[in-house]
Amino acid sequence: MSKRGWFPLLLMASLATVLCFLTLPIVAIFVDTSPLALLSSLHEEGALEALRLSIVCSAIAVVIIVLVGTPAAYLLASRRFRGRATLVTLIELPLVLPPAVAGIGLLAALGPNGLLGSRIEDAGINLVLTTAGVVVALTFVSAPFFLRQVQSAFEALDHTWLEASRTLGASESRTFLAVAIPTAGPGLISGLALAWGRALGEFGATLMFAGSFRGITQTVPLAIYQDFSTDFTGALSLSAVLVAVSVALLLSVKLLSGAEWLGGAAR
Amino acid sequence: MLHVEVGTRLGAFALDVALEVPAGCCLALAGPSGAGKSSVLRVVAGLLTPESGRISCGEEVWLDTDRRVDLAPERRPCGYVFQDYALFPHLRAWQNVAYSIRDTSRRARRRRALELLERFGVAHLADVRPRTLSGGERQRVALARTVARRPAALLLDEPLAALDASTRASASRELNRVLNEAGVPALLVTHNFMEAALLGDRVGVIDAGRVIQQGTAAELAASPGSAFVADFTGAVVLTGTARGGEDGLTHVALDGGGALASTEQGEGPVAVSVYPSEIAIEPSGSPRTGSAQNRLEVEILSVTTIGNRVRLGLAAPQPFTAEITSASARELALTPGMRASATWKATSTRLVRQ
Repeated sequence: MSKRGWFPLLLMASLATVLCFLTLPIVAIFVDTSPLALLSSLHEEGALEALRLSIVCSAIAVVIIVLVGTPAAYLLASRRFRGRATLVTLIELPLVLPPAVAGIGLLAALGPNGLLGSRIEDAGINLVLTTAGVVVALTFVSAPFFLRQVQSAFEALDHTWLEASRTLGASESRTFLAVAIPTAGPGLISGLALAWGRALGEFGATLMFAGSFRGITQTVPLAIYQDFSTDFTGALSLSAVLVAVSVALLLSVKLLSGAEWLGGAAR
Repeated sequence: MLHVEVGTRLGAFALDVALEVPAGCCLALAGPSGAGKSSVLRVVAGLLTPESGRISCGEEVWLDTDRRVDLAPERRPCGYVFQDYALFPHLRAWQNVAYSIRDTSRRARRRRALELLERFGVAHLADVRPRTLSGGERQRVALARTVARRPAALLLDEPLAALDASTRASASRELNRVLNEAGVPALLVTHNFMEAALLGDRVGVIDAGRVIQQGTAAELAASPGSAFVADFTGAVVLTGTARGGEDGLTHVALDGGGALASTEQGEGPVAVSVYPSEIAIEPSGSPRTGSAQNRLEVEILSVTTIGNRVRLGLAAPQPFTAEITSASARELALTPGMRASATWKATSTRLVRQ
């Protein structure tokens, strides 16, 4: 036998297994869908509506997550205080929560009979079974992905950059905007990609909290689920569309984070 | 006048220092790593809040724990030069320099930044990002960025540590120029006594959070108050690459130029050590007369009288020191800026593998 031994072979074999198992279903979706079927499925009323809802709702959710989450992650990354570890764990909890449990939780908190239900109703807002409810569900499940990633990106920054900014007369807020965010750019972008990807694929919590009403709360994953018992081909082409959108998103984000203007942390 | 008086717990020991630095004077705090040197700078800059203390610069009080005064870092006009220069990686050199210039148009900011870069001889690098700059260039950009804010005090953390031996001499000349031109109190910390002697008008030796002795470098070297100070002010160290010669001696090519011979064995990168008192000084270009094998052409950077002796700060171009009698120094009329030859024996040239 060769001098290399069995271990490198084992490593290669396991990588090959992982690769096959993880890509086979995705490949199958495209193999089973003819490009023609893909196009025609998009012409169906429900499909386009679902796609529009998915993109709009996930985009709104991501904007909310970035605007609120970035300063929160910065605080967690830049300060040491008592109870910080507990706080971080609480924020990461939705990561391990089964989607159905997330949906029930949202109902129990924000539903008509929920903890804050009456207050939200008084304010004239209705979340359950509405498009706004979809945004809430997407935000809930995908925010932790962004927070986690961005917190570690901020923690990885060279602290002297932030200190140098302060000694050059910049306030903490200007330091955050002019130094921390640009230098943590690649981390922010990849957090955004993770969160957006998660939001696009969200199913369980949306179904429980917002329901599945065509044109109002039925995002692409919900439409796929509804179609698949009656129109497998339609479900398949819709799946292909979702994969294509997700891949396009991931790629554009990767390209963007490699861009020169973000040169920051990539020293 | 920068006045610092602080006390605070710092891990295993307590930081407890009282310093006064007049305008135009540079106080160099020298001590081993972990002595609390950088913490002093951080406290002065407001990046670290001490338990108790008072810091004032001129008429302005930056910190007074008794009166609950504690200005935020951005409100203390001090220029901080970080050890690795901490240039912002996402900004071009001129944008780094312009960072502290506010309330004016982009064009005016760029013009002012270019002027400053020009003063440090790096205007041609204005549009370059820090990661492509060499250590010496980074230092120049960092110095330009620091003085752009017209600081009322300068704080320098190991300003030469990030540089290789060959650029250290020119960088230290540059620093001396900045310190002279700024005319403000400067506080510098270093783990290297030679650097402290070269850059500081006065030197404080700091250990475990306390300044154990303060004076001119000459005073400290001449009459160290403790074994620690004596040890710390120690021998000359030069770096280079050693190679065995046919004459049985080891020949060392010094980083940055010059060559030495030693009777000790060595190969590859080495540190060369010699005591300042073993070095003799001759007029530049004088014919070789004695038995000394080693002869380096040097520039005299500083001349410090210590009683009947004179300590010379030299650049070959690596900085080192020599000690001769005041009588010889008078005879040779040694002054900073002059060139001379430094000679010593190969037998007193010790080699340490690096």
